[in-house]
Amino acid sequence: MRIDFTVNGRRQEADDVWEGESLLYVLRERLGLPGSKNACEQGECGSCTVRLDGVPVCACLVAAGQVQGRDVVTVEGLADFARQRSRGTGARGTSLDEAQEWQAHGSDSRTGEGGGLSPVQQAFIDAGAVQCGFCTPGLLVAADEMLERNPDPDDADIREALSGNLCRCTGYEKIMDAVRLAAARRSEGV
Amino acid sequence: MPTNGVPTRLTQGSGTRGGIGESTLRPDGTLKVTGEFAYSSDMWHEDMLWGHILRSTFAHAEILSIDTGEALATPGVYAVLTYDDLPTDVRHYGLEIRDTPVLAHGKVRHHGEPVAIVAADHPETARRAAAKIKVDYRELPVVTDEATATAPGAVLVHENRDDGHAGHVPHPNIVHRQPIVRGDVGEARRRADVIVEGEYTFGMQDQAFLGPESGLAVPEEDGGVHLYIATQWLHSDLRQIAPVLGLPEDRVRMTLAGVGGAFGGREDLSMQIHACLLALRTGKPVKIVYNRFESFFGHVHRHPARLRYEHGATADGRLTHVRCRIVLDGGAYASASPAVVGNAASLGIGPYVVDDVDIEAVALYTNNPPCGAMRGFGAVQACFAYEAQMDRLAARLGMDPVEFRQLNAMEQGTLLPTGQRVDSPAPVAELLRRVKAMPMPPERQWESSEGADVRQLPGGLSNTTHGEGVVRGVGYAVGIKNVGFSEGFDDYSTARVRMEVVGGEPVATVHTAMAEVGQGGITVHAQIARTELGVARVTIHPADTRVGSAGSTSASRQTYVTGGAVRNACELVRERVLELGRRRFGSYHPAWATAELLLEDGKVVTDGGEVLAGLADVLGEEAVEVEEEWRHRPTEPFDPRTGQGNGHVQYSFAAHRAVVEVDTELGLVKVVELACAQDVGKALNPLSVIGQIQGGTTQGLGMAVMEEILVDSGTAKVRNPSFTDYLIPTILDTPTIPVDLLELADDHAPYGLRGVGEAPTLSSTPAVLAAIRDATGLALDRTPVRPEHLTGTG
Repeated sequence: MRIDFTVNGRRQEADDVWEGESLLYVLRERLGLPGSKNACEQGECGSCTVRLDGVPVCACLVAAGQVQGRDVVTVEGLADFARQRSRGTGARGTSLDEAQEWQAHGSDSRTGEGGGLSPVQQAFIDAGAVQCGFCTPGLLVAADEMLERNPDPDDADIREALSGNLCRCTGYEKIMDAVRLAAARRSEGV
Repeated sequence: MPTNGVPTRLTQGSGTRGGIGESTLRPDGTLKVTGEFAYSSDMWHEDMLWGHILRSTFAHAEILSIDTGEALATPGVYAVLTYDDLPTDVRHYGLEIRDTPVLAHGKVRHHGEPVAIVAADHPETARRAAAKIKVDYRELPVVTDEATATAPGAVLVHENRDDGHAGHVPHPNIVHRQPIVRGDVGEARRRADVIVEGEYTFGMQDQAFLGPESGLAVPEEDGGVHLYIATQWLHSDLRQIAPVLGLPEDRVRMTLAGVGGAFGGREDLSMQIHACLLALRTGKPVKIVYNRFESFFGHVHRHPARLRYEHGATADGRLTHVRCRIVLDGGAYASASPAVVGNAASLGIGPYVVDDVDIEAVALYTNNPPCGAMRGFGAVQACFAYEAQMDRLAARLGMDPVEFRQLNAMEQGTLLPTGQRVDSPAPVAELLRRVKAMPMPPERQWESSEGADVRQLPGGLSNTTHGEGVVRGVGYAVGIKNVGFSEGFDDYSTARVRMEVVGGEPVATVHTAMAEVGQGGITVHAQIARTELGVARVTIHPADTRVGSAGSTSASRQTYVTGGAVRNACELVRERVLELGRRRFGSYHPAWATAELLLEDGKVVTDGGEVLAGLADVLGEEAVEVEEEWRHRPTEPFDPRTGQGNGHVQYSFAAHRAVVEVDTELGLVKVVELACAQDVGKALNPLSVIGQIQGGTTQGLGMAVMEEILVDSGTAKVRNPSFTDYLIPTILDTPTIPVDLLELADDHAPYGLRGVGEAPTLSSTPAVLAAIRDATGLALDRTPVRPEHLTGTG
C-alpha cells in the first residue's frame, strides 16, 4: 500500500508498504529517519516515542496505515518544532525556505555544543543525561511534550510523565536534572 | 613517586582548557540528541538483505533432520544456511573455550540456540521463511542445577571436553572450579564466639541494554567482508569470526557502529558470524537486528548463584574465619564462566580482613541459558551474600552493622585471601562513614496539605495505601571489585595519536579500537590529549580494526588501560614535537635545552611559564604520529589448588545506604533513596563518573526488587523474554542517588585513577535487601525480593 503523511512538517510518501509494518519501520527503513529507536518493539520502553497529531505515542505500536494523512514529529524534527512553537507560529514544521537552508549541526569537540538544538536537547547534553543515548530520542520527545503542557513541573510530575521511557545507563538522575534545567532555563527566558 | 593516596602530579600541567578533571561534555552528544547518531541497528545499505535466525524451541534435544526446502523456495529469500553449509572446519567460537557452535550441530543445548539462518529482501519475509524450516527434534533430559548436573549418570552437556579446565574439574558438567584456602579455618573456628551460617540465592539478571544486537555485513571486492557492529571488543570478535569464515583477519574489516549500551552482554558474539556468512553467500550486504524477544536469547546473562557461607567472629566483633561455597550456573556454553569463577572466589569474602578462609567457587554446565559477563562479574553475587552475613553477625553480636564492618574493614596493606597485598588506598571504613553521614531523606514525605501524594508511596498510582502499613527501613553495604583483566591475562591496549596543523591550529587525532558503549571513554580520550598535548582541538577517530586492539570495554578497565595507552602515546608525540622544536628553534633560546618544557594552550612553555614557541610554528607542515601498545602491571594466575597468587591489578570500592519504605501488608517496596560513596582515585570527568555510579546503582536496585529471568525448572525454557515480563527500573522506581566521590590516588594507575563502572552495582543490591530486612524483620535470603516473599504468601 501507499501512505501519505506529514513528518516534521514535510509531506512524505511511502510506497509498497506491507500492511504489517509499523510507523517505526516506515520512519526508520523507508524514510531514512532512524532517530526513533527500536529497543523493544512492543510498547514497553518508549524509545520510539513520536508525536502523532501532537500526542506522544510509541511508533512501534502504530500500524503504518493508521498514519495516513496525519502529522508526525520525530526527534529529527524536534528542534524545528520547538523553534516554531516558541515563535508562536504553531507546530507547522519546517518551511521550504528553512528546509533549503538546513545543514547538519556541527558540534564543538571540546564542549559538545552545537547550534540549533531545542532547549530540552541542549539540557540533556549539558546535564550529562546522555550516555549510550539509545533512550534519548524517545525521552526528548516525551519531555518536550510534558514541558509544553506543564512548564513548571515538580519532580513527581517529571517522573510520572517519563515513566514510560526506559533508560538502562543513567539511573535517571541526570535525566531529572536535564528536565529541571530545561524548565528553569525556560522560566528564566534563557 | 608521590605518597600513595595523594593526587598524582600531572605529567603536564592542567593549564589547557578541557583537560582531565573537568566535566567536559560528550563529543557525540549533539548527534545523540538530534537522532543523527548511527547505531548498529540504523545501518543501511542500498540493496541490502535482512537476516533472521531460527532458534531452538527446546532446551536440550537431538536434531534428527532439518528441511530447508520450503523456506528456500519462498519468494524474496536469497539464502538459508545450516551447520552443513559452514565454509570451514572451524565451526565453534567462544571467548576462552571454543564450545559454542555457530549453528547447532546434531544437538541443541539451550532454549533459543541458533539452528539456521535466512537472508531475504524484507525482515518479515525472512521471519516467515525461517518459520517454514522444518526441524525434527528428539527431546533429551535437561540438567538445570548442581544436583541434576552432578548426579550419577547425569547427561553431559558437553562430551569429550579437552579445554584447559577439563583436567582439574571434579565433574565434566563443571566448567571451572577455583578453591582459595589460607590459614587454618579449623583453628580459627575454635576462637569464634559467634558463628553465623547462611544460604543465599541470586537470580538470573539480564543486561537489558536498550540497543538490540545488530549490525551490517558488507561483502567486499577482495572476497572479504566489512562488518559494522555494536560490540565491546572489536579484536576479540575478529579473532573468533575470521577462522569460521575461512578468511585471514585482514580481510575481515570491522568498524564500531553506535552501541546502545552493553554492560557485559556484548562480550560474546551474537549475530556477527551469521551476518558475515549470509553476506558472503549472497554477495549482498546483510543487516540483522534482533527484536527484544530475540535479544533475551541472543546474549549471555548474569550467572544465577547459590551461595553458602559460614562466618565466625569474636565477642568483641573481630572476624575469625569465613567458609564459603559459591555455585554459579553457567548454562549451556562456557562464555566467561572461568573468569567469573575466579572473581567470585578471590573476592568472595568482601573488603574485610580475614586471615583464615576456605573458599570454593564453581560454575556449572547446564541446559539453562548461557551466562557470562555482566557488570560486576562474579563479585556481585558474592557481595549480596557476604553483606547479608555481616548484618546477621552484627545483629548476633549486638553491634551497629556499620561499626562492625568498619572494625573489620580492609585497608592499604591488607592481605587478600589469595595472599595478594592491597598496595593502594582501600578506604572501606571511610566510605561507610561518608555514606552514613549523608543527610537522611525526610520521613513521611508523601504527606502534603492536600493529603497523601500516592506517587511517593509504595504502590504508587495504583493507590494501594495512603501510608497505612508502611514501614521505613535503612540498610548499608560495601563491596570490592577488581579492575582490569586478572589472572595473568595480557591486558593491553593500543593508541595511535597524531598531531598536525589544520587550518593554522594544532590538532590532535586519537585513534583507538576502544568500544564506546555509552560510558564516555571518547570524552576522556579527548581530555587526556588536551592535557598532554596542550591543544584545544581533538578529533576522535572512529574505532575500527585498522589500529591495534584496545582490549574489552569491561572490567571497569577502559579509562585505566586505553586511557593509559592514549596518555602514553601522547607523551611520545610530545617528546617528538619538542625534538622538532629544539631542531627548529633551539638556537633562539637556551631554555629549549635546559628547562622542563610543557605543551599548554597551543604553545611550548617552560615550567616557569615562559612561552618559547607556538605549536603551529613548531609543527609547520609536519605531522607527528605514534602508535604504541601500553600495559598495566602484569598479574599471575591463581594456584588451581590453593588459589594463591597476585591475580589482580587494582580494586574499586563503593558503599551504599538504602532507605526504603515497605507496604508490609501488600509486600510492595519503594526505594526512597540510595546514597553512594565511592573512591574513584581521580575523577577524570566528574559528570561522567557520577553518571556511571548512578547507572550502576540503579542496575543493582533492579536486581534487588524486580529483575529476574525465570527459567522453567522442568524444561529449562525461558518464561519471560520481554520487557513486559522482565522488569527493569523505570524513573518511578528509581530514587534520588546522592553521590559522594572520594579521590585517593592509586599511584600505579594513570593519573591515580580507579576503574569506576562496576563497584556501585555490587553494594547497591545488598543495601536495598538490608533495608527491606530492617523494615520487615524478615531474613530474605534471595534476590530479587518479590511481594510474596514479604507477605509470606509465596
